[in-house]
Amino acid sequence: MFLEITQQIHQWLLSLLPETAVPYVEMVLIAVVYLALFAVLGLFLVLLERRVAAWFQLRIGPNRVGFQGVLQTIADALKLVSKELVGIKKADKFLYNLAPYFVIITSLTALGLFPFSPYFQGFDINIGIFLLIALSSIGVIGILMAGWSSNNKYSLIGAMRSGVQTISYELSIGLSLLTMVLLTGSLQLSEIVEVQKNGWLILQGHIPAFIAFVIFIIAGTAETNRTPFDMVEAESELGAGFHTEYSGMKFAYFFLAEFINMFIICAIATTVFFGAWLSPFGITDSIVWLGPFWFMAKTFVLIFLMMWFRWTFPRLRVDQLLTLEWKYLLPINLVNIVLMAVLVWQNLIIQF
Amino acid sequence: MSYFSEIYHGIKTLLTGMSVTGKYFLNARKGAITQQYPDNRDTLKMFDRFRGEVIMPHNELNEHACDGCQKCEIACPNGTIEIIWDREIDPETGRKSKIIDKFIYHLSMCTMCGLCIDVCPTDAIVWGQNFENSTFDRSSLTRVLNKPGSTQRADARAKE
Repeated sequence: MFLEITQQIHQWLLSLLPETAVPYVEMVLIAVVYLALFAVLGLFLVLLERRVAAWFQLRIGPNRVGFQGVLQTIADALKLVSKELVGIKKADKFLYNLAPYFVIITSLTALGLFPFSPYFQGFDINIGIFLLIALSSIGVIGILMAGWSSNNKYSLIGAMRSGVQTISYELSIGLSLLTMVLLTGSLQLSEIVEVQKNGWLILQGHIPAFIAFVIFIIAGTAETNRTPFDMVEAESELGAGFHTEYSGMKFAYFFLAEFINMFIICAIATTVFFGAWLSPFGITDSIVWLGPFWFMAKTFVLIFLMMWFRWTFPRLRVDQLLTLEWKYLLPINLVNIVLMAVLVWQNLIIQF
Repeated sequence: MSYFSEIYHGIKTLLTGMSVTGKYFLNARKGAITQQYPDNRDTLKMFDRFRGEVIMPHNELNEHACDGCQKCEIACPNGTIEIIWDREIDPETGRKSKIIDKFIYHLSMCTMCGLCIDVCPTDAIVWGQNFENSTFDRSSLTRVLNKPGSTQRADARAKE
């Protein structure tokens, strides 16, 4: 269905415009589609976070604006747009203004790589996973820039903690994904989905795949700077962390990017471990347009899991954070890779 | 080996915590502690310990228990309570006794410390549960707690 629609739009544009201009118009159209997806996802995730947090704390949550509060985040966004962008005299103006865009553009770019369905994927590059890891860690440069240029010690401490955290946990993310790449034999996301038609990778790789998934979700939580790893913006210690000095829409960019990063981590997990747009047991694989639905459903289950973490666990200390990574996750991960390699070598994987 | 037992212990305790919050999540609809205040104004009942304001309960004969001993006035740290009192001769016994004319309570100065209520020998003043005390005029926060024409209850008088 997506293919037909895109073909029709392509034909229509060809009849309307000169042939050289068509690709550019299509690029703009695709960019608009992804921007819309980005905005809707961000607003929805913030609302979801607030409702879920309320339910975890036996509260009700926002339920006034619109039916059951569905318009709450739109109202918040309008408020943030209308607010003044307060600047700081002694800030490094260039970096200060650049940082939010750095953060938001990296997460927006990463969104274009996911296979929402066989025909709905922005950019199917042959090093897909590698590019995703790279993009998800570029965001931290924006955070470092924001912390440094704000000329505020709390911002700087928050940004430095973010750097420490990302450098450490990037290893775990990379290695746990590498474990799964041993199974698929390819870094291309569409190929990875193709392999999973014989069973999702978490079933194919059973024990080591499950260990890799647990490590990935822990490291992913740390990568997105969410509680219990939210020392970057630990309210009780640092004010608001790296975005203390930001206001209005620039703050909203950081805020949105944070939530989109959570979506990205969960979408990576969905793609690599849970078969992306494939339905469970292949029940609706013949109906292609259900692909995005399954993708989103799996991703939101994982997002719920991360929210569950956030509203259950207390924040780690810096030394505990590093202990967890270097003494526990990393050695387990290395052993896990060997285990997976043996599994693949001896052909002990489960395939349906 | 303690390395592995620590990992096991860590995962076990994390899952215990998650099961607790998971139960909260499932019960949030019926067990929510949030009071949606202006909507449930008619049914909202404040808890017994709530300190809203000092009130003086009267019975159906328009009698209160205050004998004008002024202990509350002395106990109050910031002069919230003023008692205007008088002496009258008891017609039965012929003894002189104190009666209150006005029990004046300045809610605007009250810190809800509760010392007056602790010290009251006849339990004439108690905590009220009303919390909607905001007004547009400061003078309406000065209240006379004994109702006009009220007298002292007989059982409270006997305690003297």
